[in-house]
Amino acid sequence: MSTSIQVSNVSKGYKRYTGRWDRLIEWVVPNSRNRHNLKWVLKDIHFTVKAGEALGIIGMNGAGKSTLLKIITGTAQQTTGQVQIYGKVAALLELGMGFHPDFTGRQNAIMSGQLMGYSLDEIMGCMKDIESFAEIGTAIDEPVRTYSSGMQVRLAFSVATAIRPDVLIVDEALSVGDAYFQHKSFARIREFREKGTTLLLVSHDKAAIQSICDRAILLNEGTVLKEGKPEEIMDYYNALLAKKGNITVRQVLNEEGKVQTISGTGEAEIDSAYLMNCRNEKIKVVGVGEKITLCVEVKINLDIPQLVMGYMIKDVHGQTIYGTNTYHKELPLKNLCKGETIKYNITFVATMGPGNYSITLALTDEDTHLNNNYQWKDLATIFSVVNLLYTQFVGCNWMEPTIHIDRN
Amino acid sequence: MLKTIFQYRHFIISCVTREFQSRYQRSLFGSAWAVVNPLAMIFVYTIIFSQVMKAKLPGIDSSFGYSIFLCSGTLTWGLFTEIVGRCTTVFLDNANIIKKLNFPRICLPITVVCTAIINFSIISCVFLLFLIVSGNFPGIPILSVVPLLIILILFSIGLGITLGVINVFFRDVGQFLGIVMQFWFWVTPIVYPIAILPKWAVGFLNWNPMMQIIRGFQTVFVEQKWPNMEGPVIVGLISAGLCLIALRLYRNHVGEMVDEL
Repeated sequence: MSTSIQVSNVSKGYKRYTGRWDRLIEWVVPNSRNRHNLKWVLKDIHFTVKAGEALGIIGMNGAGKSTLLKIITGTAQQTTGQVQIYGKVAALLELGMGFHPDFTGRQNAIMSGQLMGYSLDEIMGCMKDIESFAEIGTAIDEPVRTYSSGMQVRLAFSVATAIRPDVLIVDEALSVGDAYFQHKSFARIREFREKGTTLLLVSHDKAAIQSICDRAILLNEGTVLKEGKPEEIMDYYNALLAKKGNITVRQVLNEEGKVQTISGTGEAEIDSAYLMNCRNEKIKVVGVGEKITLCVEVKINLDIPQLVMGYMIKDVHGQTIYGTNTYHKELPLKNLCKGETIKYNITFVATMGPGNYSITLALTDEDTHLNNNYQWKDLATIFSVVNLLYTQFVGCNWMEPTIHIDRN
Repeated sequence: MLKTIFQYRHFIISCVTREFQSRYQRSLFGSAWAVVNPLAMIFVYTIIFSQVMKAKLPGIDSSFGYSIFLCSGTLTWGLFTEIVGRCTTVFLDNANIIKKLNFPRICLPITVVCTAIINFSIISCVFLLFLIVSGNFPGIPILSVVPLLIILILFSIGLGITLGVINVFFRDVGQFLGIVMQFWFWVTPIVYPIAILPKWAVGFLNWNPMMQIIRGFQTVFVEQKWPNMEGPVIVGLISAGLCLIALRLYRNHVGEMVDEL
């Protein structure tokens, strides 16, 4: 596969002048010394995307994602380094592609198309397609100022993707659309991917990144912190979100050879986690509809006022199937002392479909792991679900039906 | 650069059309206003100065003399201020698309210039019609308007883009320009004939490039003679230099621009 996007050692610094006259002096006085310092928002970014690959970019607000995309699309200029893109690029940065409010959707669509470098004939040729994909009906001939933000995104996406680009760059824009349109646009993105379009996607939406991207990079404070499988990067990102105090994040290979993310401040620690069946035997394989118990042993390392234990069952794609915590179950533990050990037994019926699942555990003091993250452990235990006893079925959820048929 | 401009010609053309559409789109009479406005101006000047005030230019007999003098000055001055003024703010006004899309930024001032020229053409047609109807058409010397206009436009573009680029980084330029234009208007003999000035002032005003150009127009339309092209040619050279400076500034700072918008 050939290279589609090559980002080599790209850095971006915004000029910062200490005084308001400094820029003028720098401009006017010949050979004057530099009077600005650079505020680096991107530092030495380096990655390649192969043709047809989909790369997700993840990062907190202010991590530099949008700046990076702007540099890749050429809207902003890097301070050092190089970006090379091969082929036709369509970019959907932020909302609306700079639509002019007083013009109709149709006129704006034409303008945007021309800005992307298409000729009038090409745009008129796919106008029908734009209209039918955006599904905004007669509003296409209304001024854009009357549009809702969702309608603007619909139109913008339809225009940007009217002609299949070699590289498609999408910056969170899709999160504005409604579920129906998100679905539709992702279907189109998938279709493009199958035809060989390279995709660069910035999103906070875990599901989107995991379902579409082959690879993801995590940007943090302007550097690439991590690069790898979307699932692994998302887990690491979540752990990073919980960053507070002297947190440690480590990723280790577990017995199954999967990358496991463990993070937290360590006041409380998960000692062991395993599944048991109703005969108190440790199990790795669970039958559909079987009643099982998740046993979690927690060790308290320091005195803490409150402890909440949460768990999430995830499928192979990293999508959460179910999750809750002892806070929601109104069972938070109060005033724990150093040295205590706690054992949680969580019993539930395995109503998920056949497949492989993992359990993520979290120890916190509140509802979310964002306040005080004592420990966060991905892939704490792994198990498979098989269907032995019940009707053959597909899907992620077991809903044993009774079927009644009338036949005359 | 010329090649990229050519590639984006469709965009520039529809930007210009859009500009006109947006100006008249939400009005009932539409583009009629484009004609009515200059017509009203000519009407007012003619009525007030030639009929009410009975103002006469020294050496010109026609009762429309002063009105024609005023029109030829204000029309060309209008073209100059439109290009310079709009170019100065063009990057700021279009920050929205500059930040979101990658396209040659030079298209924006080009659009402004094209719009201004078309606008000027409409007004000029009305003016020329007035000249023909009132029997004041200058005849062959009108051909000298073409080089004069080229020089004027070149001068405006050079100045406009230079200020436009600087204005992104130093917003004072936009504010300052308003004041400068006021003064500039009054140190250019548009409303008053240069003959009424004392000698020392004329020597001083000779340094004003706009005076050289506008004097040319006035000679053609009022005196109906070939203008002295010496001054305008020098201004033309200055304009070419200004355009080079503008190009250099634009090249050096276009990348940095988006960071400041």
